[in-house]
Amino acid sequence: MYVAVKGGEQAIARSLELLAEARRGNTTVPELGLTQIREQLRLGVARVMQEGSLYDEELAALAIRQAAGDMLEAIFLLRAYRTTLPRFGYTQPLNTSAMRVRRRVSGTFKDVPGGQVLGPTYDYTQRLLDFDTTQATTVEPAEAPLPANMPRVLDLLDAEALIERIEPGSDPEPTDLTREPLMFPADRATRLQNLSRGDEGFLLGMAYSTQRGYAESHPFAGEIRMGEVDVVVCPEELGFAIEIGSITLTECQMINQFHGGNGVPPQFTRGYGLAMGEGERKAMSMALVDRALRCDELAEANYAPAQNQEFVLSHSDSVEASGFVQHLKLPHYVDFQAELSLLRILAAQHAARDDEQPLSAAGGQA
Amino acid sequence: MDTSPNLARAQWMSLLAQADPAELAAAMDAFAPPADAAWLRPAQTGLYMLRGRVGGTGPQFNFGEITVTRCSVQVGDHIGHAWVRGTQTRHAELAAVADALMQNPALASQVRSHVIEPLRRALDERRDTESRKAAASKVEFFTVVRGE
Repeated sequence: MYVAVKGGEQAIARSLELLAEARRGNTTVPELGLTQIREQLRLGVARVMQEGSLYDEELAALAIRQAAGDMLEAIFLLRAYRTTLPRFGYTQPLNTSAMRVRRRVSGTFKDVPGGQVLGPTYDYTQRLLDFDTTQATTVEPAEAPLPANMPRVLDLLDAEALIERIEPGSDPEPTDLTREPLMFPADRATRLQNLSRGDEGFLLGMAYSTQRGYAESHPFAGEIRMGEVDVVVCPEELGFAIEIGSITLTECQMINQFHGGNGVPPQFTRGYGLAMGEGERKAMSMALVDRALRCDELAEANYAPAQNQEFVLSHSDSVEASGFVQHLKLPHYVDFQAELSLLRILAAQHAARDDEQPLSAAGGQA
Repeated sequence: MDTSPNLARAQWMSLLAQADPAELAAAMDAFAPPADAAWLRPAQTGLYMLRGRVGGTGPQFNFGEITVTRCSVQVGDHIGHAWVRGTQTRHAELAAVADALMQNPALASQVRSHVIEPLRRALDERRDTESRKAAASKVEFFTVVRGE
């Protein structure tokens, strides 16, 4: 049977117009400015940058407006846009030790050097809708700034050799998933790039599963820090390193129990999460999943979904996931016709065997 | 290896990139654009891949990209470069011009006192305020002493 596969151009053109009209909404209402989105929806902007894998507040704000607030669509727009730009190179590793901290908390030590600094957080809000947000609040600065170099909480344990050491080693060139396909088994650096781009909701669910018993993680939030970090590049034309600006990052260091194995004594191990902007939920989820995915390296039982790299890394990307789920809307007319024909044949065969009664229907008596 | 002239240049280039674009534009008003400026590389926006470290201190991993605008300009005998995060062409152009002027011994001290030093002070001040605001949310623990 012939199935028409052309047509619909007019309908598509009208659909695009309907979309544009719906996006803009009531034209008597002023259009959202990109600066408004950037300034007042900063957490949405951060998520789009993180999962769009492109740090640029302006472009993320534009994407959010164009996608009418659909974050996954905005992330897709940013991913698509990045492919139009040339790659200048790789930055030097971000030095989160030198972060200009605006928030820093530890769930493991009350009296950490430098103190617990709450910063802007929803943690202590009552989650009550506030119908009057017209009053601007200005924080009165403290007398003294925070220490220029906030010590890392995990270094306290490191000094006692109670936590695994994390050192650059031979500092190998990491895989770049924007240029090479994901291959299994993936090393930790590759996994972290995948998790960085991964959907927050997916990683949050995976992280939650590890806490509920689907992996032996026993985590503590060793340290969460948020603040500004300098971006340093070393262009060939110059031959020396320069800062090109600074970005906001959230870093999470999870501490996890480890009973020893693979020749390693019992000690605390680490899970690591890093997110653009104030992405605390994402960074914490990433750290829990990062640790769960280390099960083979640490000779732990590998049985839970969050420990399965093929499962986690293949399904973490919202652009891929949403593309594959939503492609079902595309014409599958021929596929479906084939299945329909097959089913008709099977149904006819089934009907032809009506003399075969199930034993239970034969009226057998005890 | 960094020799000290490079270090000084790296410091002003870093500052020009970190500066607020509007403040840079205002500070450069008296200097830009020089009549003899030749754009060797017009402003172009591209990407750098940000690198993180596993656990903050371990091996490197690719974290995500960042937009960067770069350009190069010749002013007199000196070539100024700029790499500035974001897509703001004007910011990169002014930074490159300032870099070229800073290499000219006849102009360096003037640019330093009218552009570099005020921008440095403004940046330091902003960072200090941010840090002191954050410090206002530092937790002070109290121990409730029981007893007579």
